[in-house]
Amino acid sequence: MGFSGWRVLKEGLTGNKGWAPHWKDAEPKSDYDVVIIGGGGHGLSTAYYLARNHGITNVAILEKGYIGGGNVGRNTTIVRANYFLPGNSEFYSHSLKLWEGLEEDLNYNVMHSQRGQLSLFHSDGQRDAAVRRGNSIHNQGDDAELLDRDAVRKLVPYLDYDNTRFPIYGGLLQRRAGTARHDAVAWGFARGASDRGVDIIQNCEVTGIDIENGVVKGVQTSRGAIRAKKVAMVVAGRSSQVAAMAGMRLPIESHVLQAFVTEGLKPCIDNVISFGMGHFYISQSDKGGLVFGGDLDFYASYAARGNLPMAEHVMEAGMTLMPMIGKAKVLRSWGGIMDMSPDGSPIIDHTPTEGLYLNCGWCYGGFKAVPGSGFSTAHLIATDQKHEPAARFRLDRFKTGCGLMDEEGTGSQHNLH
Amino acid sequence: MRLTCPICGERDRREFYYVGDAVAIDRPAANADAAVWDDYVHNRVNPAGVTRDLWYHESGCAAWIVVTRNTLTHAVLETELASAVKEGQS
Repeated sequence: MGFSGWRVLKEGLTGNKGWAPHWKDAEPKSDYDVVIIGGGGHGLSTAYYLARNHGITNVAILEKGYIGGGNVGRNTTIVRANYFLPGNSEFYSHSLKLWEGLEEDLNYNVMHSQRGQLSLFHSDGQRDAAVRRGNSIHNQGDDAELLDRDAVRKLVPYLDYDNTRFPIYGGLLQRRAGTARHDAVAWGFARGASDRGVDIIQNCEVTGIDIENGVVKGVQTSRGAIRAKKVAMVVAGRSSQVAAMAGMRLPIESHVLQAFVTEGLKPCIDNVISFGMGHFYISQSDKGGLVFGGDLDFYASYAARGNLPMAEHVMEAGMTLMPMIGKAKVLRSWGGIMDMSPDGSPIIDHTPTEGLYLNCGWCYGGFKAVPGSGFSTAHLIATDQKHEPAARFRLDRFKTGCGLMDEEGTGSQHNLH
Repeated sequence: MRLTCPICGERDRREFYYVGDAVAIDRPAANADAAVWDDYVHNRVNPAGVTRDLWYHESGCAAWIVVTRNTLTHAVLETELASAVKEGQS
């Protein structure tokens, strides 16, 4: 049944007794056309677009834990399309367009809020880089505005503009960027996929991938064997373990990324703000908590918790940029496991095994990619052709050195992103 | 996390720079096959469990250290000088 203002009113007046579960917790069947390993944001959206765009509905999503229990339910919820390099640029542009129609498409309130994202710069050199990035964003057809110091001050008066080391020179503003409610994105895609006939199977860990003569035949799971014509690995931080079941060694190293939330406060930060002189970004959730994060801890980890040095660095950067948050109490922090690729850009591609597809390498930017990634992965699975906006996310670019997308310009090596 | 430098003793993680998997000390021959170089530079086992990686004691004695640790718990199991590991291999 669909959601509408009328429905909310009616249920409110009749004791909210008419609501049913949004999606079905399915039991595994023995046979599917497509099995998607991983029920995170990308796996759910892949299944949704397989059904919606390609009419492929005999699909199972196999999730080791529960829907919304991984990184899709624990991230800083930022949605933007301000990339610089060809490859990333067209992909995130496409993804942002999907976000803009997502609530209507899913008939689900994902609380997509285009509150604008401001990337600050603190020197003449950084201003030049921001102009260049802005031009690249314009060339892609997306929006970017260069704000000088006074314009930034008008927008966000509470920053420390005259910090001795990092004075604020201005910022690059993308008004169409913003945030979305992460859990709702998972639930909305799950509902859309489930309604179209996709089986969402939780507590089902894949323990093996069946391959015969170079062709995928199915998977072994903690809930029995499942045959499938096609299998997609969409498991983010656990990509290396799953791909190893298919005899692959991936260009991926898993790292921990921390984020932090304060107690709920009155509305004070209207936009997403990124500091340009240290890794720090912040927004305020609809519940009032300040949500902020920084850089990776910078060592391989699956521990789902970080160490104090990075927590300290993030707090220091926050206090340098906006001293007003100093009295807010941090309520909780967490660490998510990121599938880091050598150049910091993702992979959506075939594998050497026929019928086996790979989606990984989202580094710390997977949330905003959820609709675009699913759209492009579904296209690859359904047609065996690369979807144009994601055509450069090739697995072999590291081997050949051709088409690397090193957005930060630091090099294509594991410890640099 | 604290790491024990074989020269300086137990020190704060902040003194060290993380390089990555200890495969870095097994550099292939210059004329090795492209696939071997691809494996060396990019492809990783990336274990969820015990791993060996290479750290540089940047703010200390500048030693290169092979750290054996658990990626699931962050427990540090062993640290050795990279030079000693390399000698042991040859």
